[in-house]
Amino acid sequence: MVLEAKNINKHFHLPKDFHVLKNISFGVKQGEFASIMGKSGSGKSTLLYILSTMDTDYTGELYLSKQLVTGKSHNELSRIRNKSIGFVFQFHYLLSEFSVLENVMLPAKKLAEKSLAEIEHDAHEKLSMLHIGHLAQQKASRISGGEKQRVAIARALINDPAILMGDEPTGNLDSHNSENVFNIFKRLKEEQGLSLLVVTHDEDFAKRTDRIIEMEDGMIIKH
Amino acid sequence: MTNWPVILGIAKTHLVSKMKSTITATLGVTFGIGAYITLVSFMTGLNGMLDDLVLNQTPHIHLYNEIRPSEKQPVDLFRDFKNSFNVVRSIKPKQSQKKIHNALPILDYLKQHPNVKGATPQLKAQIFYLSGNIELGGNLVGVDIMEEVRLSNIQDNIIEGSPKALKNNDNGILLGAGLAEKMSLSLGDRVQISTVTGNIFPLKIVGIYQSGIAEIDNIQSFANLKTVQRILGEAENYVTDINIKLLNLDEAALMAQRLERQFNTKAVDINEANAQFETGSDIRNLITYAVSITLLIVAGFGIYNILNMLIYEKMKDIAILKATGFSGRDVQYIFMSQAMIIGSIGGVLGLLIGLALSKIIDQTPFHTEALPTISTFPVNYNMAYYIIGITFALISTFIAGYMPSKKAKKIDPVRIIRGT
Repeated sequence: MVLEAKNINKHFHLPKDFHVLKNISFGVKQGEFASIMGKSGSGKSTLLYILSTMDTDYTGELYLSKQLVTGKSHNELSRIRNKSIGFVFQFHYLLSEFSVLENVMLPAKKLAEKSLAEIEHDAHEKLSMLHIGHLAQQKASRISGGEKQRVAIARALINDPAILMGDEPTGNLDSHNSENVFNIFKRLKEEQGLSLLVVTHDEDFAKRTDRIIEMEDGMIIKH
Repeated sequence: MTNWPVILGIAKTHLVSKMKSTITATLGVTFGIGAYITLVSFMTGLNGMLDDLVLNQTPHIHLYNEIRPSEKQPVDLFRDFKNSFNVVRSIKPKQSQKKIHNALPILDYLKQHPNVKGATPQLKAQIFYLSGNIELGGNLVGVDIMEEVRLSNIQDNIIEGSPKALKNNDNGILLGAGLAEKMSLSLGDRVQISTVTGNIFPLKIVGIYQSGIAEIDNIQSFANLKTVQRILGEAENYVTDINIKLLNLDEAALMAQRLERQFNTKAVDINEANAQFETGSDIRNLITYAVSITLLIVAGFGIYNILNMLIYEKMKDIAILKATGFSGRDVQYIFMSQAMIIGSIGGVLGLLIGLALSKIIDQTPFHTEALPTISTFPVNYNMAYYIIGITFALISTFIAGYMPSKKAKKIDPVRIIRGT
């Protein structure tokens, strides 16, 4: 198990008390490509942000690579996110003033486990793997949406994370680019044995993953 | 663990990409510090000059015999009236001499004292300057001129002639500039003076004295102590005033009190004599600091504003940084370092501008009757003000950066990314 959730419960307190996640327990295996589906308001994104360690306001237990993550300090969680979790968002969220290469390198620079030269080499490698090596020196604000999303994936991969999470990573892309992103994910799983967990609305996308976790009203109804 | 190269790299990129705001914020600090340095250098330079003007002419302790009534009237000493309420009308000053009793032994004693830089005897005589049949009232001060030169700035005030010339001439006089003008006299001429008792003496003008204070220059002249003693027909121990210069000025008040008791004379220390002068200096300093601090606070608000706006603009970037593993503290440091970079660059530029403006002021011609030795505006290049300036720049930008950066630290990335 790369990721395991045990009895996760979460309440929204404002405007009034609302039980969003009810006793969520499930796991993602090494090398598994799982998707979470559900209607708007089913709590799937909320769950993903808890799993990503960014949201700490919940009860239950969360394990990442068999280590208990729940209850750690914000600084430790930042480090875990940096090292072990790659994240791809619906909107590409690149730092627009930096070049593509710098965007990709930033998490590795923060981690500071490799020398600058190694990091730059790795970043070039990730970009070439995603067929955007030629964009390395471009400003992040000057490239197309599909390219941005691929840069975001390269950035998520730079520290060789244990798991890659996506919050509707294809939600903002046309069908051609969606297909492209899906194929990249598939290839990462097959070639590198990467574990993936993706929240999506797109049924076609979900059907082609290894496993669909379906959510409704804050509960997992099928997995 | 903080990774400074990465944090500073991001801070630098933010600053460079928002060049206009960065320059505006930096200039705010620059002008604040520049104005502070210029003001404080000029103001303290001016203060120093005025201090010299008045204080250097004042001895640290001045000993003399004051004409005043006895504190204890005879009736107070009479035991029979001890418990009664005594009223004495029409009290007169005590009959005493103007000269300081035992002046020469006192001088010897003072010269031995470890905290005394020097003690000079003076003899102040009321005289008339005669010009034809016109009599001008005034003072003639008998001094030990070479000692005065050593201990005070009298040399600066001798605009013609020299102290040496006075020393070498037993009938010489350093005539007040105002008097010289009134009587149309110049160096080398003779002036007749008459004592209160009516004796007339001719003296040779060996120098012109200008203190810058018209009231003094219009009445006062200097001659050798012995000359004045001779004019008055007094002995060599006839001295009315003793001026003392100390090594450590802080002890002036205490020492004056002690000397007063010890020698039974009046002793006035410099602070007592110039209390109102200190007030003037203090108020000028207060104005300088009030203006500078206002400027820096305005600059601080500028930085606060610009960082606040930057943080609003960079909300998504902050969320992304946090999502990819930067801690809240890292994000805070990014914005803090931007503030500190603005503060230090602005501060150093401010010091340079302040120095440049001070130099310009220092070169500006400034001639005044009152100050014969000054030809340009006085400027004080004290290192301490530059250190205060840069420290203040860093502190104010730190505070201005701290509050917005604290907000950036607390931004919840989930809320930004989900757009709620």
